[in-house]
Amino acid sequence: KRNQCYFKRSLNVVCTSRFWFNYRHVANTLSVYRSVKRLGIPDSHIVLMLADDMACNHRNPKPATVFSHKNMELNVYGDDVEVDYRGYEVTVENFLRVLTGRLPPSTPRSKRLLSDDRSNILIYLTGHGGNGFLKFQDSEEISNVELADAFEQMWTKRRYNELLFIIDTCQGASMYERFYSPNIMALASSQVGEDSLSHQPDLAIGVHLMDRYTFYLLEFLEDIHPSSTTNMKDLFKVCPKSQCVSTPGHRTDLFLRDPGSVLITDFFGSVRKVEITTDTINLTAPMVHLEDTRPVRELRTEIQTYMDQLPVAEIIHQKPKQKDWHPPDGFILGLWTLILLVFFKTYGIKHLKHIF
Amino acid sequence: MAAFRSNIFMLAFFLCGFSVFVTGDVQTNQMNVAETVFIDNVPTTETDASPPSVTEQSQTAEEKRLWEGTEVGTNLADGASDNKVDHVHDTMQATDAPPSPPAKDQTQRFAFDERIWEATNVEINLVEDAPPIRDKEADEADHVLDTMQTQDFPPPSTAKDQFQEELVIKPLHSGDIYASFQFRTQWDTDFLLGSKVSHYRLFPKSLGQVISKFSVRELHISFTQGYWRTMQWGQPFLPSPPGAELWVWFQDTVTDVDLAWKELTNVLSGIFCASLNFIDSTNTVQPSASFKPLGVGNVTDQRFLRYAVLPREIVCTENLTPWKKLLPCGSKAGLAVLMKSEKLFHSSFHSQALHIRPVCKDWQCKSTSWELRQTLNVVFDLHTSGQGKREWSLFKMFSRTLTEACPLASSSKVYVDITDNPQGELFELSPATPLVSQAVVLGDGRTYSVYDLTDHATFGQTHSLNVLLRWRAAESGEMLRPLLHGERYVAGYGLQTGEIHTLVYNNHPYRAFPVLLLDTVPWYLRLYIHTLTVTSKGRDNKPSYIHYQPSKDRLQPHLLEMLIQLPPNSVTEVTVQFERALLKWTEYTPDPNHGFYVGSSVISALVPSVVAMDTNNTQERPLFSSFFPCKEESTYFMRIYTEPLLVNLPTPDFSMPYNVICLTCTVVAVGYGSLYNLLTRTFQVEEPSQGLAKRLANIIRRLRGVPLLT
Repeated sequence: KRNQCYFKRSLNVVCTSRFWFNYRHVANTLSVYRSVKRLGIPDSHIVLMLADDMACNHRNPKPATVFSHKNMELNVYGDDVEVDYRGYEVTVENFLRVLTGRLPPSTPRSKRLLSDDRSNILIYLTGHGGNGFLKFQDSEEISNVELADAFEQMWTKRRYNELLFIIDTCQGASMYERFYSPNIMALASSQVGEDSLSHQPDLAIGVHLMDRYTFYLLEFLEDIHPSSTTNMKDLFKVCPKSQCVSTPGHRTDLFLRDPGSVLITDFFGSVRKVEITTDTINLTAPMVHLEDTRPVRELRTEIQTYMDQLPVAEIIHQKPKQKDWHPPDGFILGLWTLILLVFFKTYGIKHLKHIF
Repeated sequence: MAAFRSNIFMLAFFLCGFSVFVTGDVQTNQMNVAETVFIDNVPTTETDASPPSVTEQSQTAEEKRLWEGTEVGTNLADGASDNKVDHVHDTMQATDAPPSPPAKDQTQRFAFDERIWEATNVEINLVEDAPPIRDKEADEADHVLDTMQTQDFPPPSTAKDQFQEELVIKPLHSGDIYASFQFRTQWDTDFLLGSKVSHYRLFPKSLGQVISKFSVRELHISFTQGYWRTMQWGQPFLPSPPGAELWVWFQDTVTDVDLAWKELTNVLSGIFCASLNFIDSTNTVQPSASFKPLGVGNVTDQRFLRYAVLPREIVCTENLTPWKKLLPCGSKAGLAVLMKSEKLFHSSFHSQALHIRPVCKDWQCKSTSWELRQTLNVVFDLHTSGQGKREWSLFKMFSRTLTEACPLASSSKVYVDITDNPQGELFELSPATPLVSQAVVLGDGRTYSVYDLTDHATFGQTHSLNVLLRWRAAESGEMLRPLLHGERYVAGYGLQTGEIHTLVYNNHPYRAFPVLLLDTVPWYLRLYIHTLTVTSKGRDNKPSYIHYQPSKDRLQPHLLEMLIQLPPNSVTEVTVQFERALLKWTEYTPDPNHGFYVGSSVISALVPSVVAMDTNNTQERPLFSSFFPCKEESTYFMRIYTEPLLVNLPTPDFSMPYNVICLTCTVVAVGYGSLYNLLTRTFQVEEPSQGLAKRLANIIRRLRGVPLLT
């Protein structure tokens, strides 16, 4: 039973497609990113992966913008975007490492999915896929079995409480078929054997702006506000076949709660409770500057100078570094003379014919 | 038998001896290369120890004022409990206490304010009262003021932060506009002595922690989109190569520099949202002579230097946002409000950089403070956004106007370069400003119109400043050719070999000067270093210093450094041939047909200057003219970058149809082919083969042309 404690929300939004003609996948990803940020999830809880740079691509007539609609009202790239993995960093390996938390120790916090057994995680994937796989960067793919195993590992390592998985790709339903870990709800834009279709061709940039499923998902999310009571059942109704052309699918058998009782904001939003107190609180200890309270150090007597940036004479006289010690040439010559002398002394000249 | 064995030993000994002699010879050759010395450039150090002058005193005095202004917020508690005031503070107040009559409006006002403890208003009032910008014209007045102030304020020795911001707008001869922002945060603390710092005021905490954790002595990082076109635009104030560049000097207390470097790049990639974690041993070098520390310090051991370039790095909003957040005012006030990513990236050239280094705290340079310099350089294209009309304003460039200075800044100025426009015949500048400043920039004296944002009069009636440049003449005058200029390209055809050409131009009519060329080439281009040639004016130009570090496959890149003397008015061409390696199939990028990047060459030079340079590095100067320390009056240091190279490597076809065809063909050839072979071939019994001796004999007989044995 849920108690009053605060559930963390973490989010992993991934676009896996490279090249300009996949503009729509980046726009998909960024619009989901924008919606959840609007609903209160901070950047520190979002891992955003974009496989290519569309905003500052040279083919973009309006640099530093990505639009999700033809009327160009909504710049989903915004002025405050934080892309955690970009370009060549978006690989299957990195994606699985982020999910399972097996990252090198010096990885910064912004590149980690900081979640625990009380976190609700939303994973949104978009890209090109087929029956049972999703392509990354047009050069490698992740299979549905690998993904299911990664989720099982997350569950074993207590990295999530509940997980919502959304995928917008062709034959998307095949990606969640193999899941077997508890507390996962999954949605896909199309059934096995169906293609996911794009929406909104834009003549100015020459490519499509969005995919149909995400377009209507975004439309649905725009009406959500932190206190809305819309539940998951409403989310399943997003983009019927008349709009999407493909049939969106969902899977709830692994999920323990009834989807009708799960609020959208359980995954998409983060509401923080603020308690206001009227009591006066005395902050007695003032801030003390450590540097100021200590006695002033005596100044160093040596006068420091700026370096000469191109000390020509010094560079020329720089000796090439001797790799290892080398005996002087005269010594080696002497040694050889000695060896030869001893040799001839021992065997004499008459034995030379045996040698040569 | 014994004789035979000794024979073999003998042979082995001879071979060993011979090889030893050979290596000895090679080493003496290297010595010969480094022998030739013909440049009489001896570093001079006495210039820094110049006697204290009045202007410097005034600088420290000004700093003090700022310090007290910014301290107001944090010292509130001190005011409440009087007995807990730190003694340093006490001494300062004591010196303030007898306000001597002249100058004094300020000191009195200040002492008064200090007791009232009003938060930010104090600061603003103070800045208003501060003396106007130091012009050459106003120098005498300043001198008077300075001497008077020095009586009042002894140089303070406590910690204080300082922030300055500045924007330089320079109309370029090509018709483009060059805008250069510089923000300088100075932080008077000293980790070098091992003190623990936990309180941050203006200096960003994220960077302060990085410096102390990794024992960084200097850190320089830049992100650049586009290539600086020296021949059209002249020299930039601060050079940077396309992509990302990072070079770091660690302190000599660091034991494992490579580990610290690896972790530092990871941390920086998190701070700046960039792929700096791609910096590893395959693109990191340790230059032997380039990249000397830019800050103060007496020891330099190149072991503590690391340098890396990522030429392919993209620069976009996600890099600009964290960069802006490091500023004390963020992008909320001051010059930073102009930084809108839609405009900044809609340009021909965009470069943002960050430099951390220790600098002199005062004129004596007995102690150091940390300087954080954030620079942003943009070149706006006239034709893409101006519709062919030559008219520029702050609003057109940035879609914003200026309304205030950053309240935390001690100085906040906009400079417009009017050197080519002394009487306003070339372009018209409005609103007009009475302040004019002269500075020596890149060996040349330039004149600037100055707008002081800390002065309310600058904003006029509309409470906003929109500097407008309107050209009168259609064509601007001819630009002087830049004295130093570099180019680079790949020659050759095919996918096996090629040749890298680097051209360095010395456009000075009669003076030769030395340049230091640094080339890093990734391991998958195998340089044939014996084909290295350096020619100028058709003759061989022997470098006076060569440092070459060969590459190791998948481990380290090539590093080539050469000190070359450029003859006057000449083009020096450096060529070296290379072979393209075949990568393993997993090592190709997802888009291998795009090609592979080779980072820019770095050309560091001591260029003869037109006017005498100011060798006093501790004196207060505009930010854009005070980055590289200057040691000699006749020359100035400059660094330029050539183009990065895009090289195609032999690439297998990764596409699906190709692979399907390959697989099908293999199946057909192996499966069907062998079956077909079995069915159609006739089998015969072969004669037993000849013995080894007979076969050898037959080979010899065949050579002699004698009938073979059967």
